[in-house]
Formats: sequence, structure tokens, C-alpha cells
Amino acid sequence: MNVKPIQPLVRKPFRISARGITALKALIHFISAGWVAYMLYLTISDAIPGDPVDALLHFTGMGSVNLLLLCLAVTPLAMLLKAGSLINIRRLLGIYAFVYASLHLSTFVLFELQLEWSLIGAEIIKRPFITVGFIAFIILLLLTATSTTTLKRRLGKRWQRLHNWIYVAAPLVVIHFYWSVKSAIYEPIIYMVMLALLLWLRKDKVARFLSRTA
Amino acid sequence: MLIKTKKPSDLTENDVTDERIYRDRRNILKGMGFIGAGSLLTQPAHAFNWFGSDDESLFQTKALDFSQPQAFQSDEVLTPEAKVTQYNNFYEFGTGKDDPYANAQEFKVDPWTLTVDGLVENPITLSFDDLFKRYGLEERIYRLRCVEAWSMVIPWIGFELGKLIKDAKPLSGARFVAFETLNDPEQMPGQRSRFVGGGIDYPYVEGLRLDEAIHPLTLMSVGLYGKSLPPQNGAPIRLVVPWKYGFKNIKSVVRIKLTNLMPPTTWNILAPHEYGFYANVNPTVDHPRWSQARERRITSGGLLARNRIETQMFNGYEEVAPLYKDLDLRKFY
Repeated sequence: MNVKPIQPLVRKPFRISARGITALKALIHFISAGWVAYMLYLTISDAIPGDPVDALLHFTGMGSVNLLLLCLAVTPLAMLLKAGSLINIRRLLGIYAFVYASLHLSTFVLFELQLEWSLIGAEIIKRPFITVGFIAFIILLLLTATSTTTLKRRLGKRWQRLHNWIYVAAPLVVIHFYWSVKSAIYEPIIYMVMLALLLWLRKDKVARFLSRTA
Repeated sequence: MLIKTKKPSDLTENDVTDERIYRDRRNILKGMGFIGAGSLLTQPAHAFNWFGSDDESLFQTKALDFSQPQAFQSDEVLTPEAKVTQYNNFYEFGTGKDDPYANAQEFKVDPWTLTVDGLVENPITLSFDDLFKRYGLEERIYRLRCVEAWSMVIPWIGFELGKLIKDAKPLSGARFVAFETLNDPEQMPGQRSRFVGGGIDYPYVEGLRLDEAIHPLTLMSVGLYGKSLPPQNGAPIRLVVPWKYGFKNIKSVVRIKLTNLMPPTTWNILAPHEYGFYANVNPTVDHPRWSQARERRITSGGLLARNRIETQMFNGYEEVAPLYKDLDLRKFY
């Protein structure tokens, strides 16, 4: 099957200089690391009204899903704008999505369940929405662990096949979000629609991945 | 005798700005067209509200007169007032925990009408003032256990629902009590929009068995921490049943109806396998989403506080156990 690349929207390539990319990366670091550091400061010092655990769980969960969708938007955006160098910020967004997911899981284990180990295992197995979130976390962990340039070279073709698992992880993350709300389902539905759009933009590639994996 | 000669510059009581006007000063300024300059100087109300404006004044609560019966005082650590009033589930004002505080401050509670009718000999209508005057108010410190596995300790002020029901004289056929929240989409954004209100069919309804409703622990609360309730906590009057999960404690109640049939209840309609009619706090029956064996007690101490404690049967109010001696609590959760 031939994979059709996304047709660009613009005739003239939208060139981003190496300095521009560095600046974008610096911005991603500043916002992603700075914001979560600020939240940690607020929750540890009990400076927010309400339950600090709930606030941090919610913040890191939403942060992770937002970063993941941004990461998936990079390739289509680079193609639509003919801005090839934009690809260089993709890895950083993916790694931050994993960092936020790790903080989300750590908040659950350390501060929600407070290291009640017997319950931690039971919760992951018994509650489908936690199972799904945990599987997504494991995938993100594997992708992050193999994200270095050296490993990418060494793994060759297998690297791409492994990293296509993002097409499994992303829907699992959104399902985890949908299942975790009690009744306010509209926000997760908006995320499902956004994810569906991002996957549809690369539907041939996703279809090929799914037919090979299944 | 002290003879005081007044200088023209001395202030009298007449010169004191009325509190209502003082609290409304921002709106008054806005009306005068100064808000543009003034808004440059205001600080965000609290760290989370980055995009909200702080130009609306807080709802005005009033100090209440009440007794403090020894039996309902407690040596448990209270949940700070700021947390009780800024961490709420009240979907009529939005589904986020901080939404009710952010969206409910303009809520109008006076005039208010609370009707008690249905299978009663003597239907009762209470006005806003009646809520605070008809029955002597008392302070009761109760534990509040949310089905989401967190809990608080709150000094409520109110009166026993049993007194009100007794005055209404239930007919012999009355077996249940149905409660209803105000239906006012103009004031409640969650009732206007399914998006804001989390897809619930409003008005919110709840129910109790009659013997539960007249149990001496069951409280109609009109205040907390010495003052009348703020809207996010269910002003002007809400139910408090301390041995049941928090969602039973219906807020901003306008109608109490005695019936012969088990009344529908909002969360049970929404997800019957998750939320039962009884909803008694029970550490041995898990909710599909949360283990109910333990809970996190919200007091102070921030993220690092070790606040996970055992959940107690009936939230520790064992005196209600006889109400359920013939009921399978696993089946009737």
C-alpha cells in the first residue's frame, strides 16, 4: 500500500532557523518544567484551596494528554506548512508527555494511595480506567527509554515500528480520561475528536501499522 | 460628666459606609467608569484563577446565633474553612471542584421558599427568615465522607429535619422523603448548559427513608463555621446526613415531599450500578471506581500530609445501625 503524504497548504516552505528551533525548545522547557514546578510548590506548601492531591493529579493528567496531542500535531503541522525543521521539537514534547504521566502516576501512588502496596496492585488490575492508563504509561516509558539518537540509529527499522505504538498509547490515554470522569463527559469527548483528527491526518500510516500489528 | 464637643471633621455612625456598599464597591466603581484604571491595580483573587476576574464581590454570609450541645462537639481536627468553602461538588455551578466557589458568589438566596408537602396533614412553607428562626439552631461537628474517598470534618449549624417533619404531621402512608434543589437556569450555569453541568438532568433530587429522615442525626444545615452558608455549600439550606456519602446531602433545597414510594435520586438515575439509593458509608462495599476501605482526610499540611485513614462503617455513626438490621447492605448499597 502506498502511503500518501499530507498535502501542504502553502506553496512556499515556512522555514524555521536553527535558532528558532532552539528558542522553541527553550520555550517548551520553560513552560512544561516551570509550570509543574510551580504546581509542586503550591501543593506542597498547601497554598491552594481544596485538596492538593486532587489538584496535582488533575494538573499532571491534563498536562500529559495536552503534551501528547501537541506531540502528535507536530508532523502534520510540519507537512502542512512545509516546515521540515519543526520535527526537531517532537521528541521534547513526547518526553515531557512521559514526564507528566510519570508525575501523574507517582502522585496517585505516593499521595493518593500513600504507598499502600496491596491496594496499588489491586487498583491497577481491578479498575479498568486505571488499567488502561497504566498500559499507556508503560508504552510511553518504552518510547522515552528508546528516544536517544544513538538508540534510534542502532534499532534502525525496528525503531519506527516501536514508536508507532504511540497510535495505541494516545487513544488509551484519552479513554483513561473519559472513564475517569463521573459524568462530565464533554471535555474528554472534545479530546477524542481532536485525537481522531490527528490520527485521520495520517490515516494511511496508522492503518498500515494496525494491519501489521494485528 | 464628659462633655464632648464635636468638631466638624469628627465621624459619626452615619458616616460609616454600609457593609453592603463597601463590598459592592468594585461594581459601583465599574458603574462610574473607573474600572479600566482600577483593574490595572487589582491582584488575582487566588493563584488558580489566572483568567478569572476578581471584580465580583464575595457572597455575604451573616453571623448566626446557635447553641453548642456537648454531644456534637468533637476533638477531631477540623477541615479549614477555606477548604470547606473552596473545594465543592455542586455541578449546578460547574463540575470542577473550584467552580462552585468561582461561579456561585452572585447567587440570590433571599427571598427563598422551602415547601414541605406531599403525604402530610399540615403542609409547611418556610420563608428565608423562617429558615433561621423557626427552630433553635445548634452547631454540630460532623465527618463528611465523599464517595470519591476523601473526607472532611465540618462544624455545621442547623436544626433536626425530624422537627420540621413532625410539625408537618406525616400521614400514615408516608414512607419516604423526597428532596429537590432549586431549578433556576438563569442563576445556575450548570442548569443552563449540559457542558457546564456535566450532563445531569436538573433539578437535582435526593431521597431518604422516613425513619432515616427523622433520625436525630439528620440535619437541615443553614450555616457552617458560625455563619450562614455560602452558595457553594448549598445556601440557604441543605441536608446533612453524616452516615451517608456526600452526594446524599442535597443543596439549596426548595422542596421536601413525603411520599409512599421510593423517590428517584439523581446519581442513581445517572449510574445505578455505581450509586445506590441508600449510599451508606460502607468500607466493605467498593465503588467501581474507588476502593472505599480507606479515605484521605482533608485538613491542612499540603501534598506531603500523611492523611490516609480507615473508613468506618456508617462513617463512625454506629447508632444508625438498627435502621438497617433487616437490610442486606451489599445489595442495597
